[in-house]
Amino acid sequence: MEELLLSYLPVLIFMGVALGIGIALLVAPFIIAYRAPDDEKLSAYECGFNAFDDARMKFDVRFYLVAILFIIFDLEVAFLFPWAVSFGSLGWFGFWSMMIFLGVLTVGFIYEWKKGALEWD
Amino acid sequence: MAVETTAAVQPGLSIGFFDTGGFFETYLLPFVIMLGQSVLLLTILLIVVAYILYADRKIFAAVQMRRGPNVVGPWGLLQSFADLIKFVLKEPIIPASANKGVFLLAPLVAGVLALSAWAVVPVGPGLAVADPNLGILFIFAITSLEVYGIIMGGWASNSKYPFLASLRSAAQMVSYEVSIGFVIITVLLCVGSLNLSHIVWSQLDGAGTMLGLPSSFLDWHWLGLFPMFIIFFISAIAETNRPPFDLPEAESELVAGHMVEYSSTPFLLFFLGEFVAITLMCALTTILFLGGWLPPIDVAPFNWVPGVVWFVLKGMAVFFCMAMVRSLVPRYRYDQLMRLGWKVFLPISLAMVFLTALVLQITGWAENRPDPASLAPTASVSSTLHST
Repeated sequence: MEELLLSYLPVLIFMGVALGIGIALLVAPFIIAYRAPDDEKLSAYECGFNAFDDARMKFDVRFYLVAILFIIFDLEVAFLFPWAVSFGSLGWFGFWSMMIFLGVLTVGFIYEWKKGALEWD
Repeated sequence: MAVETTAAVQPGLSIGFFDTGGFFETYLLPFVIMLGQSVLLLTILLIVVAYILYADRKIFAAVQMRRGPNVVGPWGLLQSFADLIKFVLKEPIIPASANKGVFLLAPLVAGVLALSAWAVVPVGPGLAVADPNLGILFIFAITSLEVYGIIMGGWASNSKYPFLASLRSAAQMVSYEVSIGFVIITVLLCVGSLNLSHIVWSQLDGAGTMLGLPSSFLDWHWLGLFPMFIIFFISAIAETNRPPFDLPEAESELVAGHMVEYSSTPFLLFFLGEFVAITLMCALTTILFLGGWLPPIDVAPFNWVPGVVWFVLKGMAVFFCMAMVRSLVPRYRYDQLMRLGWKVFLPISLAMVFLTALVLQITGWAENRPDPASLAPTASVSSTLHST
């Protein structure tokens, strides 16, 4: 266990160094750059008009649909990872078990397609 | 070179906690070595990214019969570094209506996550900061997280263009993530390991060696999994929001997408994250399909060259293809983009998972798949491959 965790220690250190570089870059201009803010400069960009609406507005429900579909298929991929790695020792039983699982999801996918959940116009 | 030291030092790390005599050798030294390797890789990576950026602009310019950057340094070679200095000296603007914390956190998340994925990429035989058993899963997880940077930036700006762009961009990245996942699964079916080095070593044998040829480029996965290679390449472009799939930044409609309100180094961090992600995708294409650091033909003049050189050359070739696609192909419409992801790539890659598994099972290749851990240097590989 300790051995396993140790193989991830360099990853952690690497991320630490990356974070250091990121923070250094982010902070640098606040220290050395010239700053002269005014009202116009700090207002949200709106093609030269004053903003006439809140930016956190309603948006298309299809973005939710895509997100939900993504969760289903990404979970499916997550299930496939261990199956693919141990595929050699599973034989035909392992093969058909996963194919039935994929088949069920494919039926759902065809239903979504026919329902028009994947249409963008 | 640098990395093999970790392998040698790591067993020492598990020595009892109370063994105070060797504190320096046991705890401090490995830490300093890992730190040194991380700094070294990050430095090289950032310099490579600087020149990737330069190459991108030069190729784009050459296709349009322009000269591209040619003022700073000889042939404009120092352009990216001049840009860095310019970014740091620019005035950082935080819009008055923005959520300031999240607004500044977003570029940090985007930049740092993109860099972190490189921790597990082996650039040569045994040459990686870390080579954990779950390498490809780690990269998959980190690239999934990258969408957070964009969506946080778009939301925190509290402005319409960034908000719309971040929605678009999240949907786009998420859609192509699925097909990338399935492509990785087909490669894993052929390899049987999540370790990136094992994936490379497994490409020593393949179609070519079955015909009795020496280990060569015919053995790499691009040939056996050709449709998946193409899907991966296109999905990688879409995943990194490169043209012709650069809808999130569509200059003509959304100005600059989720980066509209950003200036100075917060903008630079987004930009950097994007280009680091592109280099990562080039490296992944190389590892998964183009044999990583393996020479194209395992005969005398080619296998004298160190593996790292092959790795970099292959990665550059993939990037050149991406840059040419950017210059030659017109931008997609958003509905076409989603159609391609969900109605073309997803069914094809799903069917290919089925087909690959079926072929592996019928031919019995899956059962006779060599143990990935034993694949490393075999007798057929020349000594240069593992002496590095």
